[in-house]
Amino acid sequence: MAQMIIDTANHIAGYAAKAARVKVVAAYPITPQTTVVEKIADFVENGEMDAEYIRVESEHSAMVACIAAAAAGVRTFTATSAHGLALMHEALHWASGSRLPVVMAVVNRAMGAPWSIWSDFSDSLSQRDTGWIQFYCADNQEVFDTIIQAYKLCEDERVFLPAMVCLEGFILSHTYMPVKIPEQKEIDDFLPPYRCGWILDVNRPLSHANLVSPDWYMEFRYMIQEAMENAKQLIPKIDKDYGKRFGFEYGGLLEKYKCDDADLVLVTMGTMASDAKIAVDSLRKEGLKVGVARVRVFRPFPTEEIAKLAEQTKMLATIDRHISFGMEGFLSSEIKASLYNKKNRPLLTGFIAGLGGRDVTSETIKKIAKKSLKQMHAGKVEKETEWVDLRE
Amino acid sequence: MVTIKELPREEYLLKGHAACAGCGPSIAIRLLFKALGNKVIMVVPACCTTVIQGPYPYTSVAVPLQNILFESTAAAASGIVAALRQRKMEDITVIGWAGDGGTVDIGIQALSGAAERETNFIYICYDNEAYGNTGMQRSGATPYGAWTTTTPSGKRERKKDMPFIMAAHRIPYVATACPSYPIDFVEKMRKARDIKGTKYIHILAPCPTGWRYDANKTVELGRLAVQTGLWALYEIEYGKFKLNSPSDRLVDKAKRKPVKEYLQLQGRFRNLTEEDINRIQQWVDEDWERYRKLTSNSLSDATLHGKI
Ligand SMILES: Cc1ncc(C[n+]2csc(CCOP(=O)(O)OP(=O)(O)O)c2C)c(N)n1
Ligand code: SF4
Repeated sequence: MAQMIIDTANHIAGYAAKAARVKVVAAYPITPQTTVVEKIADFVENGEMDAEYIRVESEHSAMVACIAAAAAGVRTFTATSAHGLALMHEALHWASGSRLPVVMAVVNRAMGAPWSIWSDFSDSLSQRDTGWIQFYCADNQEVFDTIIQAYKLCEDERVFLPAMVCLEGFILSHTYMPVKIPEQKEIDDFLPPYRCGWILDVNRPLSHANLVSPDWYMEFRYMIQEAMENAKQLIPKIDKDYGKRFGFEYGGLLEKYKCDDADLVLVTMGTMASDAKIAVDSLRKEGLKVGVARVRVFRPFPTEEIAKLAEQTKMLATIDRHISFGMEGFLSSEIKASLYNKKNRPLLTGFIAGLGGRDVTSETIKKIAKKSLKQMHAGKVEKETEWVDLRE
Repeated sequence: MVTIKELPREEYLLKGHAACAGCGPSIAIRLLFKALGNKVIMVVPACCTTVIQGPYPYTSVAVPLQNILFESTAAAASGIVAALRQRKMEDITVIGWAGDGGTVDIGIQALSGAAERETNFIYICYDNEAYGNTGMQRSGATPYGAWTTTTPSGKRERKKDMPFIMAAHRIPYVATACPSYPIDFVEKMRKARDIKGTKYIHILAPCPTGWRYDANKTVELGRLAVQTGLWALYEIEYGKFKLNSPSDRLVDKAKRKPVKEYLQLQGRFRNLTEEDINRIQQWVDEDWERYRKLTSNSLSDATLHGKI
């Protein structure tokens, strides 16, 4: 029987690692990630989880230990946040370049200076170009389901890439919600034993990742790009299959809410989409045709889905919990880039909100929507990027 | 005791590798494989050995080898050891093989962590006393007075004493070696393999390119380093310090050759003054006073483990 539990997203991530039968966990603590690895430590010590737990001395080593363990033939897991993720940066490239299916929970937290332990996406979005698949979750159930789905995806021979499953610090990490945990046997049916593309094997020696000349390097990069394209095809399929088996489905790469007849679609990520849904319900009551699109997978980016969405609406307003200094929010840029070659592009506007854990309520989102609608009616965007609720 | 003739004929460092002529570290790799055979998994960070392997799709190393980030040798070994334990393949020896830069400077954090966690592997630092891969910049293991590209008039600081730093971790086995003494070298590798826990072996491996001497003098320079007492061959087993032959007789100062004999053969020490040489000689003599004390104390309870 499936089990209903009420727990925080961090503990749920631990449950997911256990359900995935992870064999090596290497981790280093950082707020607000700590309770993920504490939960796993409990599981390992009380014998519920048959895994090695390496209490490394830094996040850099945590990632490297996972890479090497994956290369030595076992399923691996780690979790981190903000500065820990930044410290891993170099190793993130090594994981994807080595084509190893490491899965990691990233508990989103703002980057210093100044210190902030609250959420925004600047930590994981800064890792955009490392060759990792990036999922962004909206609730605790999705955290569990996505970690299982991520292993299924990453260990597919058409992909063989690492993935981060991102969840916002405190908003999800420390919030209790009911979550359905399927029976182990059902998970085992869905997720076969660990597979990777190559292995350190004394009977078939190879030097892995030794120097490549300019004659070869580009081909290796191209293969990662191909794998990302394959992942784009596979993610919706895996999500559907998972939904059929376990009852939860997330729209594959892009989750749409009341978009079919919408004049304005608010595009956002993570938990902000949940508040946006509440805002939309209320706006609909006022007769305003607004919808929400939640970018669930940021890499590979759902370019085609965004383009399709754009065909049927008059305006897209992105709300970014992130800023790329000197430009705009990543989501805004990516959406613009996805639409550049399309005819009949809708109007685009971007908002920066919720940095460093600043609360973004459904009321705030309603304000954003109304501001956007005014511009839509005027047929003109006032500002490319507007900061929401900024102190004067 | 093994003899040279008893070493296996198999070569796991293959012909045609890309080391400089006379490269000390490449002699050491060859001996390492002769000692341990091919039931090993090797981790190599950014260093000369990255190049020695040769470029993809070729390799000159006939054992499974994971190349890894510069500062990460011991962390990668930790991951492999954990995975092998889960797979019940603990008869495979995991070896971390890193240069002095990757060990005493950028990699010391990961190494210290792995040692504290009592990770079951052999970590070997091959010390060519500079960053060879990037063109001979100074490292924490570069000796006083040596020219490097970042100390053009000679390094002003002394060499970091890495084996004793590792001994302070209370690991079961610390040793020094030099490929100029192949029997001692091979025996230490085998002994390390058979001890459970973290084993640290620091080998002095002369480098003609960086030390500025004729490529045919590598073995001779390794011998001179030992004979002058600049490089002592010893083991610290479960905290007990022991000098090995041929270093043990050098406790007697009269048996040590003057350091000058070693220094004057190398272009990197060309700028040393008489005063510098005397200072180095004095430091060597002080080191030996320390070794002498540790040797006599080792029979009592005052072992390193107890003291530290
Ligand atoms: C993080 C990082 N910093 C710098 C480098 C550049 N780098 C590669 S090898 C090397 C020096 C290696 O020296 P050592 O460990 O002494 O080994 P050797 O080359 O002498 O064999 C340096 C600085 C790197 N690869 N990674
Ligand atoms: S620089 Fe020195 S250590 Fe590096 S390959 Fe050449 S001789 Fe060997």
